Amino acid sequence: MLLTIENLRKSYGTPDGSVQAVVDVPVFSLDTAQQTALCGTSGSGKTTFLNLIAGILKPDAGRIELDGCAISDASEAGRDRLRARTIGYIFQTFNLLQGYTCIENVLLGMSFGPGADRRRARGLLERVGLGQRLDHFPRQLSTGQQQRVAVARALANRPKLVLADEPTGNLDPASAAESLGLIHETCLENGAALLLVSHDREVLGQFDNVRDLAEINRAAACPSAGEARS
Amino acid sequence: MSLLQIVLRSLRQHLLSTGITAFSIALASGLLMSVWVVKDQARENFTGVDSGFDGVFGARGSKLQLVLNSIFHLEASPGNLSWEQYELIAADRRIASAVPIAVGDNFRGYRLVGVTTNLFGIEYREGKKYAVRDGYLFNPERKQAVVGSFAAERLKWKVGDTFRPYHGLIFDENKQHPDEYVVSGIMEPSNTPADRVIWIPITGLQNMAGHDAETATDVSAVLVKLRGTSGMMMNQEINLQGNVMTFAWPIAQIMGQLFNKIAPVEMVLRAVALLVALVAAGSILASIYNSMNERRREIAILRALGARRSTIFAVVVLEASGIAALGAVAGFGVYFVIMSIAAWFIRKETGIVLNPLELQPVMAWAPLAMLGLGALAGLVPAAKAYRTDVAENLTPIS
Repeated sequence: MLLTIENLRKSYGTPDGSVQAVVDVPVFSLDTAQQTALCGTSGSGKTTFLNLIAGILKPDAGRIELDGCAISDASEAGRDRLRARTIGYIFQTFNLLQGYTCIENVLLGMSFGPGADRRRARGLLERVGLGQRLDHFPRQLSTGQQQRVAVARALANRPKLVLADEPTGNLDPASAAESLGLIHETCLENGAALLLVSHDREVLGQFDNVRDLAEINRAAACPSAGEARS
Repeated sequence: MSLLQIVLRSLRQHLLSTGITAFSIALASGLLMSVWVVKDQARENFTGVDSGFDGVFGARGSKLQLVLNSIFHLEASPGNLSWEQYELIAADRRIASAVPIAVGDNFRGYRLVGVTTNLFGIEYREGKKYAVRDGYLFNPERKQAVVGSFAAERLKWKVGDTFRPYHGLIFDENKQHPDEYVVSGIMEPSNTPADRVIWIPITGLQNMAGHDAETATDVSAVLVKLRGTSGMMMNQEINLQGNVMTFAWPIAQIMGQLFNKIAPVEMVLRAVALLVALVAAGSILASIYNSMNERRREIAILRALGARRSTIFAVVVLEASGIAALGAVAGFGVYFVIMSIAAWFIRKETGIVLNPLELQPVMAWAPLAMLGLGALAGLVPAAKAYRTDVAENLTPIS
């Protein structure tokens, strides 16, 4: 197993002083190179769930093991290191750095992990069809092109797991389909597992393995769960 | 990408604020170096210039005024000595050589000094004598002048030009003498106050039309080289026991006293320069700190890509240091501009030559201090960046 999760819990304090569970996942797993989509509505705790897997957030309880490392028990620096070497993250808003060119954004994806490899960065951008846009800044690209840079960056550090949080949420249907295909293909080519969350039925329809987050996350089943956090 | 490349990208991204902040650092660094160098070189030059003489005899009065008047050609003369007094001084066996000078006229602010030709036999610096570059030395019997290099350059004079001096040490166009002098020679630059003097025969100045005939043989001062170590004895004899003349000796010590008197002013100048440096470092802090809010998302993205808190901290500190380093390098340009203007002005007013290119310790420690202050200033925004919450800041700021 690439990823195993047991009794994972994450709660947040609310303005009225109470504590609200956002993630409560008794068990979840993902196999190496497996591609899974999680169906989650707004407020189902999907971003928090992905951030916990990525080590951006530390769980209140439970265990996350990624590629043999207990990310839930690791120090913050340890989680940073694991994220830099093992995980690629595609955000809904792409989160490209505006002051960096396409190739610099992709190079950044490697910098904190295996180290910058310009040839690989160029190769990835060519793969996603941006070979002629290496030195363009994000603002000089269309939304679909920015998404493709984000895909290339997520794969830059040769991750074992790619997390995608509503990756097509900002794209028109045609671009979304194209982008999704690209994510599928490039993850397969790079041997990376893919865990994608979306509420879009068209997107979910392109996956063989689709799971409802409400079934995995007990906190999401509660009507008020995670309203403050999507 | 290396840490350094990330820092460079960040500096590039905030080019305007980087440029403005670096410029303020450059001004501070340049000012700091200039204040120190002007002060040190001025003291060194003013106390090091004695024009080859050990002491100066003059009318009873201030030793400092006497030295400023006769060696630096500044200030008014404290009074005159008679020609007989000069002859007594010159005849004293403790005196190796004596050169009388007379002052009281100028040409457009450049002082005319009447002197005997023995001045040109004196070594104003070891192995260096005043020399004529173009033309020849004045004939003591004629109305001829040898012009210091700086004065000649400023007045655009060449050999053969003629001029009519003005009465007094301060230029007043209504007080022109009828006597016409010819420029017989232009002196080699000596980098001493002599460069801004128009030298004429002493009898010429004494007998200039309009001068008091009764004082026609008086001299303003007598510059002397002593034989052996007789200065202390002469000081006792002339200054403490006598009441006729003043013996300004040793010249360097008298000038040193002047600098000691203005030491508090120097300290204030230095304090102001240091404060400017602190303010400039504060501008780095303010500039980066203020940009932190808009950079929270950028920092969160870097963290999401695997950058550690310590990496982000280092990036911000290095960025501050980078701005300080840019400023420190540009500070040499600012220093050179300030020093060139200061050196030109000081040379014009005093004849003392400052060398902006002479290496001084401040040229090492001031840029390093700015670098250190810059890094320190970066600590506060770096701490803010260090604390940035990743999950909270990954979404766009609307």
